[in-house]
Amino acid sequence: MADLSVKVAGVSFANPLIAASGTFGFGREFNEFYPLSTLGGISCKGITLRRRDGNPPPRIAETPSGILNAVGLQNPGVDVFINEDLPWLKQQNTTIIANIAGNTIEEYCQMAEKLSETDVDMIELNISCPNVKSGGVQFGTSCESVGQITREVRAHCQKPLVVKLSPNVTDIASIAQSAEANGADAISMINTLTGMKIDIRTRRPIIRNNTGGLSGAAVFPVAVRMVWQVSKAVSIPIIGMGGITTWEDAVEMLIAGATALQIGTVLFSDPYAPIKINEGLNRFLDENGIQSVTELTGTVKPW
Amino acid sequence: MKYDIRQLKLLSNDQIADGIFDMRLDYPEGEIPVQCGQFAHVYVPGKSLRRPISVCDARDGVLRLVYQIKGEGTKIMSQMQPGCMVDVLAPLGNGFSVQPGKRYALIGGGIGVPPMLYTAAQCDHPLVITGFRNEKLVILQDDFRTAGAEVVLATDDGTAGQKGFVTDVLRERIAEVDEVCACGPTPMLRAIAQVCREFGKPCQISLEERMACGIGACLVCAVKVRKDGEEIMQHVCKNGPVFNAEEVVFGG
Repeated sequence: MADLSVKVAGVSFANPLIAASGTFGFGREFNEFYPLSTLGGISCKGITLRRRDGNPPPRIAETPSGILNAVGLQNPGVDVFINEDLPWLKQQNTTIIANIAGNTIEEYCQMAEKLSETDVDMIELNISCPNVKSGGVQFGTSCESVGQITREVRAHCQKPLVVKLSPNVTDIASIAQSAEANGADAISMINTLTGMKIDIRTRRPIIRNNTGGLSGAAVFPVAVRMVWQVSKAVSIPIIGMGGITTWEDAVEMLIAGATALQIGTVLFSDPYAPIKINEGLNRFLDENGIQSVTELTGTVKPW
Repeated sequence: MKYDIRQLKLLSNDQIADGIFDMRLDYPEGEIPVQCGQFAHVYVPGKSLRRPISVCDARDGVLRLVYQIKGEGTKIMSQMQPGCMVDVLAPLGNGFSVQPGKRYALIGGGIGVPPMLYTAAQCDHPLVITGFRNEKLVILQDDFRTAGAEVVLATDDGTAGQKGFVTDVLRERIAEVDEVCACGPTPMLRAIAQVCREFGKPCQISLEERMACGIGACLVCAVKVRKDGEEIMQHVCKNGPVFNAEEVVFGG
């Protein structure tokens, strides 16, 4: 039995598998499948300063080996999260990441302040949501804006700060460097790739928002490539995600440079995927005589 | 644990009308009881999303899912062979609430007809009104009669039963019933809700929306409802699929 525990920016996770923000709500539903302590941690549904109703439906479309979604950050607001969901979550014996999104930098800072006074273990700065009109990805696509928001939130945040990057950029490595230089404790990547699906009969996009974020196995090679590039460019740890579906994917993402992992889309077809991936990972480590999962991180041997 | 995924043995999977299949799965008695109007979330090999299919029947240890080929996923389902195991997450959602002593009109339009069968089986001599585009799509008429229902058949083009819409039949017969339950295309549900409002009859409707997790975590299958004067987003999978028609904000 290998050691599956990992540490990211001083925060411990019982295993490297963290439920990805937006696929898992605040955990209550999946807790009806298995105890949430089965997971390394949970990145909670993205929260905003005030309640958001999200986009009109349809909010999802299936695509080859993936899905497009445009939920639009529906959530009850940070205060409801803190008062009603967090106390329950903290009893579930898993590591809690609060994912925050805002219309303005001030909103991000206010949320970081509020959450710094709570028991969340980590704050994930969502500057990569492609499905909202203002905020979201607009902060995440240039080195300057990423640097500015990271710096300002850092000044208001007493928790370890993870910056979640968008893949919809020209040079993700330089954006990661900008986050690191301005106080990020870790990087999580990748958020979804903007995509579109059109019904050829009605000529209408399936998703009411017209465009949505692509996730699932289809994006996995892109995510691996980007994690590898960023891991060479920064020295802070990376939480890798994007289409991880099998334990082999998990191993590959760790080898590419990730210290921990988030999984999301696979949960929709197989809610038990985290358990299966952990089992496979453990077997792989044992079979290869590897004591700790951390020994895999960044061990790719590029040509 | 409230949810569990089961591997259910496929007993049969026959085409019963044009593009419509009747999947019967071994669902041993003593499994989690199914409420009428709930749905099953069916894993389709090779697809990223499960397919939510309303439960047509759940009596006698058989889970029956009647579905229409709408795309790739349902096409793959239609090719599943008897004897294979089907990965099913069920039952999910909140179904129809039916009480003894009341007479119900149960209305189904097209592929919205199947969930009304198990609902009919829970009611005392319900009036079942079924509507289809044409005769090639007509399903389950004998099943409803066997379940003790009075069945009315209507088709848009008059090729089977009476020509017209289910709402025409409902208007003629609504005085006979205490409450209405309906499932079908949104324009039909909206029209039924309107008729019920006009005649002051309670109305429950089963909605459909593109869905992912099926349990209320991912928030994709949103529906706008009015609760206590405030419009809020709820979700078909967890809060529904059956809603009080008075609360649904159509087109929201």
